[in-house]
Formats: sequence, structure tokens, C-alpha cells
Amino acid sequence: MENYEQLNDLQIDVLREIGNIGAGNAATALATMLDEKVDISVPKVRITDFDTAVNALGGAETLTVGVLVNFMGEATGMIMFLLRMEDARNILQILVGGDPEESGELDDLKLSAIKEIGNILGSSYINSIATLTGMSIQISIPYIAIDMAGALMSVPVIEFGSVGDKVMFIEESFIAEDNQLNSNVIMFAEMETIKTIMERLGIEG
Amino acid sequence: MKNALIVGISDYKLAKDPQVLATYALGSCVGICLYDPEARVGGLSHIMLPDSVQFARQEINRMKFADTALPDLVAEMERMGAQRRRLKAKIAGGAKMFEVQAGSTIGTIGDRNVASVKSVLQELRIPILAEDTGSNYGRTVFFNLETGIMKVQALSRDVREY
Repeated sequence: MENYEQLNDLQIDVLREIGNIGAGNAATALATMLDEKVDISVPKVRITDFDTAVNALGGAETLTVGVLVNFMGEATGMIMFLLRMEDARNILQILVGGDPEESGELDDLKLSAIKEIGNILGSSYINSIATLTGMSIQISIPYIAIDMAGALMSVPVIEFGSVGDKVMFIEESFIAEDNQLNSNVIMFAEMETIKTIMERLGIEG
Repeated sequence: MKNALIVGISDYKLAKDPQVLATYALGSCVGICLYDPEARVGGLSHIMLPDSVQFARQEINRMKFADTALPDLVAEMERMGAQRRRLKAKIAGGAKMFEVQAGSTIGTIGDRNVASVKSVLQELRIPILAEDTGSNYGRTVFFNLETGIMKVQALSRDVREY
């Protein structure tokens, strides 16, 4: 097993299940942060090519907020939380107030709030891996950038270019206070990490 | 900009005047425009990584790496009537999209991509007439094969032409 293209159906199901558990954890964490009941859709977890993932965000040039978290330790990789600018403004209205129609750049408070959501989502996914496998995993502080979806998404693709051209792409909707937050998460792990996860879970390669 | 021929990530395309070639959302990747002004043949390459050496044992997409994509593109352009000694280059991209902690190797790939593109072009003896590289934002490139002009667009920034 050298790259994501060589994962078999069972292994993909395992990754998908990790995505599902992570999304559930993320909803619980978001509900605590927002102090609101948060419903989640059934997450859609796909192992897909770069262009499909970019198109799901509305195309390469879509204005997007990206929060990047690295993870290291017994597992190595990156998680990026991607949010269309319009969705970012919606959730910010719940978190810090303000007018969702306003345009212009996000101030520091708003950037921090978005970063924190990315941090929560990233940690939720990593926790699901750590809990399932007993692996010890540390995560970095979150990094934020606001730019074209394609330019942001290429960052983990480049850093982990050796694992192939496929990405693990998780789409889910969080619904709080009648607002729908469409979140997209891409996750990259080194092949060694994927192999260890499968071993720990007793999945044959 | 209708009917532009779109170049994907880890991809290149070549064409003749009056075609427009385009590639979207270059982050740390680099877009390389090669042009023969006499034959009016041009190519646009969107590379993702500096060199293919560490992947030598694997089957690779040669269009992904600067050291394999550019010689291949030049060879194909020659078959379309271009001459290497007349080729000129314009390059864009190689940004650092996330401001990460000092000391991390993550985020240096843009610089390494630009450096590799320059050294490969130097080996191919193709001069670089213009570059719009580095900084921290994504770029879309349109390359007009009628004029040889490279147009660079970024979100909330003025369009630049080279």
C-alpha cells in the first residue's frame, strides 16, 4: 500500500467511520461553544480527487476561509477545515454577533473565532482516531488563511504529495439556531499512519 | 475570458495563437508560461512539487514536478513548431498560504518550487522575462498566445499584466 489509490473498500470504510465519529464529536463540541443545540447531517466522507473536492466548495476561485491543523506523534498529517466566506459570516453572527450582510475583511476577533472552530473540528477528528486506535497524537495550533479554495486546498496536497492525488474529503452540515453551517474538512495522513491505524484496528492490508 | 483552455493542477497544455491558456488558484504551486513569439506557440504548466528525485521508484505523473514537466512541455512545443532558442518564460505563484510557526518546514514549498523552476529553466536556457511570485495569496493566470501576455488575478487585488 503506497498511496490512497490503493486503499481497498474495507479500509476506505474504516476511514469513513473515523470521519463519522469525528463529525459527531465536533457537533458536541460546537454545541458547547455556541451554547445551542447543534444538529448534524450524516457526514459524507469521500476519498476523491482534488478537482472534485475543489468543485464541492464552489470552484477553485471561491473565496474561502481555511483553518489548518498539523498533527504529529504516532500519526502524522494535516487537517484543513474549509468554510465558504458566506458560511463563515453566518456562523460568526451566532458566535460574536454583527451583521451577516457586512462585507470587508474579518477583524481579529472574528478570525480568532473561526480559528477556534477549526481547532475544535480538527481536534474532534484527531480524537476519534486516537480513541479508536490508542495512538498518541499531538496537534499544532490552528493556522488561518482566507483565499481561493484551490490555493488553500493545494497546501496539504503538496505537503503530502507522496501519498497520491486523492484526498479524504468530509462534508457535513451543522444546524444551529436555524442557521446551517456547511463545513468541509480535508484530511491527509502519511501512509505509515494509515497503515498503523489499520493494524491497530485489525484490518488486513 | 471565454474559451480559455484550462490547465489543472499537475498538468500542462500547449496551443497556438489566438488561444488563451488559463490555470486557477495557484497557491504554493507555480505556473510557468512558455512562449515562442515567432511561431506563436505557447505552453502553460502548473507544477506542484520541485523535483521528482525522491519518487524515482514510483510511477509518477511527470506533469506534477518542475524537473520533469518543463523538459516534456518544451519537447511537445518543439513538435508543434516552436524552437527552444526562441522560448521565453513568465512565471507566477509559489506563495506561502499559511503563516506557520518559525522552524517548521511546512510553508517553504512555494519558495522551493520557484527556485526549482528557475534552475530548470536555466538548464533549458530559457530566459525569465517576468515573475509574480511569493507573498501569501493565491493567483489565477491567463496566458494569451496572441500577445504572449501573462495576466495575473488575485482576490481583492488589481489585475497585473506582464
